[in-house]
Amino acid sequence: MIEFSNYDILRNLLFATQWTILLSLAAFIGGTTVALALTAMRLTRNPAMQRIVKIYVELFQGTPLLMQMFLCFFGLSMLGYEISAWSAAILSLTFFTSAFLVEIWRGCIDTLPKGQWEASRCLGLSFLQTLRHIILPQAIRVATAPTVGFSVQVIKGTALASVIGFVELTKVGTMLNNATFEPFKVFTLVALIYFLLCYPLSLYSKHLEKKFHVSR
Amino acid sequence: MSLVNLHQVHKYYGDLHVLKGIDLDIKAGEVVSIIGKSGSGKSTLLRCVNGLEQYQEGGITVDGKEVTTEDIQVRRLALSVGMIFQNFNLFPHMTVGENVMLAPTIVLKKSKAEAEATARAMLEKVGLAEKFDSFPEKLSGGQQQRVAIARALAMSPKVLLCDEITSALDPELVGEVLKVLEQLAEEGMTLILVTHEMNFARDVGSRVVFMHQGKVWEQGDPKTVLSNPQTDELKQFMGAVL
Repeated sequence: MIEFSNYDILRNLLFATQWTILLSLAAFIGGTTVALALTAMRLTRNPAMQRIVKIYVELFQGTPLLMQMFLCFFGLSMLGYEISAWSAAILSLTFFTSAFLVEIWRGCIDTLPKGQWEASRCLGLSFLQTLRHIILPQAIRVATAPTVGFSVQVIKGTALASVIGFVELTKVGTMLNNATFEPFKVFTLVALIYFLLCYPLSLYSKHLEKKFHVSR
Repeated sequence: MSLVNLHQVHKYYGDLHVLKGIDLDIKAGEVVSIIGKSGSGKSTLLRCVNGLEQYQEGGITVDGKEVTTEDIQVRRLALSVGMIFQNFNLFPHMTVGENVMLAPTIVLKKSKAEAEATARAMLEKVGLAEKFDSFPEKLSGGQQQRVAIARALAMSPKVLLCDEITSALDPELVGEVLKVLEQLAEEGMTLILVTHEMNFARDVGSRVVFMHQGKVWEQGDPKTVLSNPQTDELKQFMGAVL
């Protein structure tokens, strides 16, 4: 039997952390892209579009992320689409992230006075011009802090990808535990690494929030 | 020839009948003050004229073109109708200059230099040339409202709609805004104002329209109408205002 030194454990965990970071980034980029499109759909005054967004949000906020991952991974392969654990994880995390971001952003956009839209309309700006020059620049300032804050949820959400066999931090932690029978040591280290990833983001989010309130 | 024409305009908010058959004909160069109690439909009337609200019956034309709330129509309309709001609605993330330059640049596709020249000229006109690089939040209410006027003027509108534009101002700041309006009136700009400033309506206005319960109740020359009201409702209103 191979002996695992503390160094070996840490080395393997840190290696796996790369995948956790990569998965988080991919999910976050995917999530923001989809959320942007959904936000634009919601802002049009088209009832059908707004309904689609509403159903999307309710569906993905109302079901556990783990079930979404199972459905993406096992469900799609049963339908004949071969999908890797990596793709299934990104796909489901994108759904999850976008469903929450679109709600967070809606709140931010709603805090802008209606008069901003009306003034733009009266000056002859089109819907997209209003969005680009008037609404987004103001909404982004409001939305940055809660969005960074939410990225913490995305990082923690990636842990679920271990269940469908994607080898990231949690999965490697489980594997190391099986090999060493030292759950306390291994999982404390795993938790510590997650904390070190998330805590700076939380701090940064708080800092942004404070900065925003001062500048108001 | 009439610049703004309303023919039997009806407007409902659900079951609420807000405008009950408005007929109004406004010629270029007129300064029309719309007065009346709150809830009489005067702001709604103004918002129908520039397509912010949809009306259900009748017709409105500006400069011969029909007004609807269709996006394309509103944008075409914006070229001839300027609007000033009670709450200024300046864009807080832009400087005063950028506020005024925005629409000429992206709607009229003017070059930056041309738009800046227009913006500076318009700010000069409202007496705020030196505030070009300030942000709106650094300005007093009266100054912000004058920037809003400059912003509307930069689109060279044929008619300017003013929706209670001095109501949110401290009393000592009302004068500077009215002075700008008076100057515009002298230059021949067509103005339609919803206002509570009776002195302005009398001294500068060319017509007063008194609205009551969604109808044009009484209208005519300001001096005659205001000093010699024909209906009990206007008498009562004048009594409450003065």
